[in-house]
Amino acid sequence: MQRTPDAVADAPLPEPPLPTAEAILGEEVPPAGKKKRLGVGAWLAIIWIVGLLLAAIFAPLLPIPEPTEVFPEIARKGPTAGHLLGGDTTGRDVLSRIIYGARASYAVGFGAVGFGLVIGGAIGLMAGFFRGKFDAIATPAMNVFLAIPQFILALSLVTVLASQDGVTGSRRLMVVILGLGIVSVPLLGRITRANTLTWSEREFVLAARAMGAKNGRIMFREVLPNVIPAMASIALLAVGIAIVAEGGLALFGAGVQLPTPSWGNMIAEARTSMRRAPHTIIFTSIVLFLTVLSLNYLGDVVRQRFDVREAAL
Amino acid sequence: MALARTLLMKLGQLLVVILLVTLFSALLLELLPGDPVTTLVPYGSEEQRAEIREDLNLDDPFLIRYGRWLGDLAQGDLGNYYSVSAGEPVADRLWEAFPKSLQLMVYAQLIGLLFAIPLGVLTAYRNGTYFDRMSNGAAFAMLAIPNFALGFVLQYYLGVKLGWFAVSGYVPMSESVSEHFRTMFLPSITLAVGQIAVYMRLLRTDMIATLQQDFILMAKAKGLKNRRVLFRHALRPSSLTLLTVAGLNVGTLIGGALIVEVVFNIPGMGLLLFEAIGRRQIVAFQSMVAIIAVLYVLVNFAVDALYSVLDPRIRHAKNT
Repeated sequence: MQRTPDAVADAPLPEPPLPTAEAILGEEVPPAGKKKRLGVGAWLAIIWIVGLLLAAIFAPLLPIPEPTEVFPEIARKGPTAGHLLGGDTTGRDVLSRIIYGARASYAVGFGAVGFGLVIGGAIGLMAGFFRGKFDAIATPAMNVFLAIPQFILALSLVTVLASQDGVTGSRRLMVVILGLGIVSVPLLGRITRANTLTWSEREFVLAARAMGAKNGRIMFREVLPNVIPAMASIALLAVGIAIVAEGGLALFGAGVQLPTPSWGNMIAEARTSMRRAPHTIIFTSIVLFLTVLSLNYLGDVVRQRFDVREAAL
Repeated sequence: MALARTLLMKLGQLLVVILLVTLFSALLLELLPGDPVTTLVPYGSEEQRAEIREDLNLDDPFLIRYGRWLGDLAQGDLGNYYSVSAGEPVADRLWEAFPKSLQLMVYAQLIGLLFAIPLGVLTAYRNGTYFDRMSNGAAFAMLAIPNFALGFVLQYYLGVKLGWFAVSGYVPMSESVSEHFRTMFLPSITLAVGQIAVYMRLLRTDMIATLQQDFILMAKAKGLKNRRVLFRHALRPSSLTLLTVAGLNVGTLIGGALIVEVVFNIPGMGLLLFEAIGRRQIVAFQSMVAIIAVLYVLVNFAVDALYSVLDPRIRHAKNT
């Protein structure tokens, strides 16, 4: 499967490549009919993630109290009729905070990975496509970032960039997104580069070049669409990692700032009353777990459907 | 000759990476918005502020400051905690905390391998069976559990409710061996769960490929027992992949250990970082980041070296 550039250049001109999945991926592709259908698990995962997203967006329309509204009578109390998941340490509705918390947690997860996809994807695509000098600088630079344990890197960036007094909640959220985004750049950059390297050597790229296509067109129209499944599969995992990482940061007091709820800072805050009222931590953890599980599962589905080869790393 | 050159090249790369990660740590003080002295001692007197400026060489250009800081770091001077009353050296507390973190990581790694190796081997051997699918599903779910969430849940159910294990804190082994393990058990398990899942799935994939090779058929044909074929013949070539991943995974393990320490109140590096952030001790923070990053780089270097020592194919590939 792997060819050196010289071997490709010396090879006799190939037949016009067929842009079908079979031609690209070989025989391992399942029959088209079977491939189209998503399993029950994938649908459940999509419903969970999209459902939470919709609930978070339209939260004010739902029959739940404001996330910052305090009901002294439900403080540290478990589920009751009016408050399905009970109240937290100070008596705020846990269900409402989980739904509103999805806003911050989703913003962190998808925002950070979006940042990583754009920057890391651009670097990886260029490094893999042009190779040469750009690659010789970009790849070691990404490796240096990978030489620092990722959580330490994120913690350092967020701590330093948000350490001023009077950093507002939304500014802190941006810093958390940026910090985790920077951490995800080398991860997504490397996978993009590795896949770009292999796809750039394919016959259809040579054909496009022979037809006179410019670099930009080849990169975006021929190579990128083939690299996207690999990027998407890793990106879905990365969203889960980023959402969890925000929780880790929150434990260090470096996550999304209270009173704006995020799943991370809810768990960190509920620590203090864990003995008397563990339900806040347990319910929030379950939501966090199901979200990460769904994202991982979807990442796996993408990987299997498009036969992404991790060995290309 | 070629080996010596490869080694020299590797050492050179190692040095460059160490310089760059320490440069990153040094830059943290630069990235800080505003005057770092104000962050360190918001209520310090003018005199004290001047003293700290002097101590940190804040009036020198960045590269000179970086050079001095790195020199100090190499000699074990990690700077001070600053407070209005007095400063205290970071190094003392760091060397006290470090072994505790290391213990936690070693326990977690051992538990991880202890469970993952037999499970990986068995699921590879029983590839496709009900047991294999169940184990894989369980591993997939384990990967999605956030470590702090698992920590809190275990802490509550096994620590608070059932009282089987200590809820938090740390007891050194020299004081009481049984208490030591009673306190370290839950944190180690919490940290190990993710590792088990990663190692098990990896070993399974690798072993399935190994089990299809001719020498396994040969071993079976000789009439060797299944257990011997699996653990003696098949596990050995697969264990190299496991070793590399275990090395790469140290980064995740470090991050996880820091978080788990905060969850279980173990006075290791995690709690030190937690305290440094809370007290805004950026100098202490950057020294800790530098030490952790350098250790991580060294571990990966060691794994890389060990890998080529253990696998003759790699040694020869490099020589030719």
